[in-house]
Amino acid sequence: MGNKETIVDPRGPIIFDIRNLWAYYGEKPAVKGVTCKIPEKRVTAIMGPSGCGKTTFIRCLNRLHELSPGARVEGEIFLRGKNILEIDPVVVRRRVGMVFQKPNPFPTMTIYDNVLAGYKLLGIRLRREEADRLVEEALRKAALWDEVKDSLHKRGTYLSGGQQQRLCIARALAVKPEVLLMDEPTSALDPKSTAKIEELVVELKKTVTIVIVTHNIAQAGRVSDYAAFFYLGELVEFGPTSQLFTVPRDKRTEEFLKGKFG
Amino acid sequence: MGWGDPDRIFYRLCWGFSLGMVFLVLGIGITLFWGSLPSLKAFGWHFLVGRIWDPVNEKFGALPFLVGTLITSFGALILTLPFALSSGIFLAEYAPPRVADALSTVIDLLAGIPSVIYGLWALFYLVPLVRWVEMKLGVIPFGLGLPTASLVLAVMILPYAASIIREVLRMVPHELKEAAYGLGATRWEVIRGVSIPYGLSGIVAGLLLSLGRALGETMAVTMVIGNRSEMPRSPWDLANTMASVIANEFTEASRDIHLSALIEIGLLLFLITLAVNILARIIILRLQVR
Repeated sequence: MGNKETIVDPRGPIIFDIRNLWAYYGEKPAVKGVTCKIPEKRVTAIMGPSGCGKTTFIRCLNRLHELSPGARVEGEIFLRGKNILEIDPVVVRRRVGMVFQKPNPFPTMTIYDNVLAGYKLLGIRLRREEADRLVEEALRKAALWDEVKDSLHKRGTYLSGGQQQRLCIARALAVKPEVLLMDEPTSALDPKSTAKIEELVVELKKTVTIVIVTHNIAQAGRVSDYAAFFYLGELVEFGPTSQLFTVPRDKRTEEFLKGKFG
Repeated sequence: MGWGDPDRIFYRLCWGFSLGMVFLVLGIGITLFWGSLPSLKAFGWHFLVGRIWDPVNEKFGALPFLVGTLITSFGALILTLPFALSSGIFLAEYAPPRVADALSTVIDLLAGIPSVIYGLWALFYLVPLVRWVEMKLGVIPFGLGLPTASLVLAVMILPYAASIIREVLRMVPHELKEAAYGLGATRWEVIRGVSIPYGLSGIVAGLLLSLGRALGETMAVTMVIGNRSEMPRSPWDLANTMASVIANEFTEASRDIHLSALIEIGLLLFLITLAVNILARIIILRLQVR
């Protein structure tokens, strides 16, 4: 377990206060006793080699982890002071949205309906003007509006991979979450689309807290304010990105940043 | 690499047998067509719309059987739909894997029960049940007839429909369901809003395949439909289906034209089931392309 000096509490308001979090698949722990605080309206990057538990970790933050068969979580995750493990997961997931590794717009829905999926699936009826406004707002935030405003009623799957991922971001933003979790959102995309998403991430932190998993060290450096380094299920180091990248306090962090593993 | 090469012999053998099956289907079609020629010549299109089936006076109209087949098959489909959908959804989405496997095996076993046993079961249990309902409703309490045949068919096609729906729902990509959960959808909302729309064409195709089975089902239906070769006057009436009239009359058909008329019914049934199956395959094919 990372010792106290390598886990630095962020300055400013905190949105997530995570205490001794353990996540299991059956008997096997994938996240081992993680304790840290996530700052509000900042970008926090979660780094680490594959299989280090970083994806499992963020999937705990909106209780998606429990959907895997045999999955179990122990510990406490306070979202603005309330332990989300004690509230209805459906409510948690409305407040903590997610963007996945592979763009996954709903193939049976149009672009318009995809953006509103968070309302339509739950059977929430919107007035026409309100729906139009929500769609435009979310697509503008996701920097996709100009590209799709004339084809809102075409299927989302006609878009390119990068556009599909931005559509998924718009879909997540449309329900106005407080936190946006991003699980390696650019790993399936080309460099140009990747750059666009990275720009977007930096832009979005004005309105929403972002926790982004990446195995791309350079990407973490470009977009994040705070960074966490996971190794074998443990949180090894957490702190301001500038500090963690220049003067890592743990030897394993240093080795990871130098590209020794991962 | 002559004829003596075992690999080559095996290859040709496989080819030959596979081709043989195609010829078999074609052959059945041609035989049916050949056998129906006298009837086709004698009655033409009237055969399809004729309401009178009178072998003694050599009047042959197949409409009562067409109607009987359509009513019982679609009736069965409608009756089976809620059960097939709910068990398919339960097996794919709710049941723990072990329970799902055990239940699926039982459902597959249901599909393997011989038709005559379903017929016997229907005679002993469904007929009194239907008679009781008919008495309550104040219609003639035959016990046999269209409702009983639809019920037994519904039970018989349920395993096919349920397992196809289960398979279709299992094919729904995990990422899509997670996306919906991530938006705060409940399990039911995910099923309703993502899984069913995604699998809709597969579900429709599965139901069509089940319909194909119901159309041609003979033994159980013949045992409970009442075997009356007249136009049914109500949904409670006795009737005959295309398959049941063939089964009933074929051995007793002494005149050539009667035999030919029965064969023409067979040809019709062959074409209808073929069409339904082809339609279902087309839908499945389109599903796979996407």
